[in-house]
Amino acid sequence: MKILVITEQRQGKWNNASFETLVAAQQIAATASATITALVIGYSVAPLADELALKNLAEVLLVEHELLDSYTPDGYCLALKQVIDSSKPDLVLFPHTYQVRDFAPKLAASLGKGMVGDCIGFRGDSGKLIFVRQMFQGKTAADVTFTGAAPWFASFQSGAFRADQLAAHPTGKAPVNAVSVNLTAADIRTKPLELFKEAKSAVDFTQASLIVAIGRGIKAPENIAQAEALAKAMGAELAASRPICDEGWLPMERQIGSSGQTVAPKLYLALGISGAIQHVVGMKGARTIVAINKDANAPIFEIADYGIVADIFEIMPALTEELQKSKSV
Amino acid sequence: MNILVCIKQVPAKDAPLTIAGNWIKESDIGFEMNEPDSYALEEALRLKEKHGGEVIALSLGPERVKQTIKEALAKGADRGIHIADDNFAQLDPLGTARVIAAAIAKENVDLVLTGLQSDDHGFGQTGVLLAALLNLPHATLIMQIDVQGPTMKLKRELEAGWFQWIECPLPAVLTIQSGINKVRYATLKGIMAAKKKEIAAATRESLGVTFEPTQKIEKIYIPTKTKKTEFLTGTPKEAAAKLVEKLRFEARVL
Repeated sequence: MKILVITEQRQGKWNNASFETLVAAQQIAATASATITALVIGYSVAPLADELALKNLAEVLLVEHELLDSYTPDGYCLALKQVIDSSKPDLVLFPHTYQVRDFAPKLAASLGKGMVGDCIGFRGDSGKLIFVRQMFQGKTAADVTFTGAAPWFASFQSGAFRADQLAAHPTGKAPVNAVSVNLTAADIRTKPLELFKEAKSAVDFTQASLIVAIGRGIKAPENIAQAEALAKAMGAELAASRPICDEGWLPMERQIGSSGQTVAPKLYLALGISGAIQHVVGMKGARTIVAINKDANAPIFEIADYGIVADIFEIMPALTEELQKSKSV
Repeated sequence: MNILVCIKQVPAKDAPLTIAGNWIKESDIGFEMNEPDSYALEEALRLKEKHGGEVIALSLGPERVKQTIKEALAKGADRGIHIADDNFAQLDPLGTARVIAAAIAKENVDLVLTGLQSDDHGFGQTGVLLAALLNLPHATLIMQIDVQGPTMKLKRELEAGWFQWIECPLPAVLTIQSGINKVRYATLKGIMAAKKKEIAAATRESLGVTFEPTQKIEKIYIPTKTKKTEFLTGTPKEAAAKLVEKLRFEARVL
């Protein structure tokens, strides 16, 4: 089997989820006797291809064109379709980034193929590859298989594999081969303009050691004061899952998850957060996770060290009082 | 400006899910409009209020999804399209998109909007696939739409707090990021008006779509725990005291 991994960079800087997907490819290769080709796409990105050549890969493909300098779905799809047509991989893997979500389904469709996106793992079952992904906001997992002929397309969720397990090349270097692609400016219908960050005084939780986070369970903006009091008693930062910020109850800059901040505090206390995938990817690196939720089946309990199945409105004041008491001792 | 919004109906957020084969048992639970799609609908209604034209709400699924189309009509959509399909849960993303694309191809629309993903399957592919199948330009995770004549200036959300402006010509397909707007409620007047609005019926067969699925959900199941959770019980006061104790002396994080 031939695996092609499409890596991601922006302005010459890696998206680190690329390395996690390479690890996934190495693990699949170990069970299914496959060779791995890694692909770098962009313009003036040869140094990145040279860096990948040091990893345990059969080959690195370098796809460069000035029209690929900035990402566009049209440019990437046209270029990658040409590479896939010529290199004929069986399995094409991507990191499940926002950019991949934007073009990979279209690339697969342009070849008449489907894509299994946002996978958290794989299994080999009597020669058949099974991809595991979450459904119903993480409340269930699903085993998914491809039907029909290769190539098959799949993406892996950020954090599903550990980038530090990426194996180095056993003897030296994998060959780097440049692949030329034909693109014209008229092929590209959308025009990317400037990149920017919204908030100047953005709250930075990356160094926070204690975080109290609220989710839908907080029910109404007037209830946030209770969570604030608890955070204060603990000396913690107050954060939230996306729906709370979408409602405007807390500013967007306090959002934890795939579209917000990724944090790894000593303690993460999740109040009324169900544990949807998009939130969990932003906080599962926390050393200790506490979940308080009235639904005993909430997926947040799958990753929690300590759990209390209860109404947060009963626990919040009790916990605040307990913390104040233990502080004054 | 004619806008078609794709809306899915999904299990209600607090619905207790019981697994039945490779789907869930539907008989005992409530359903609601997929939340990301409600933001797409709201954006369509706002664009119509600004630029005129009509808003069409399209949903694929069994009979029950008509209720969600009615909700969209009550909020201000002009008409609905229901693609009846009892077997929707087993469609792969490409198959779903082929059916919807065939229905859209019969309409004269300038813009197709979807939410970023559904809260049930969670594939997040429909909008991008519709663009591919209809040969339209597209952009995803959109947080702002400024229509400037034949093109749009769009604010696209990237990861980790980054955004990008992009220009996209019309007609196009956009997937809308949650939080782009504040979603309206249906008014009583809107609910009454919706009763007179048309919901056109279609099926895979009437649209002339046949295809082989590209992937199959073999089974769904409750995920295995990666961590052993220690559950703390008792009255709220007791549970709180136990938690503080654990955090101070066992986890040593306080």
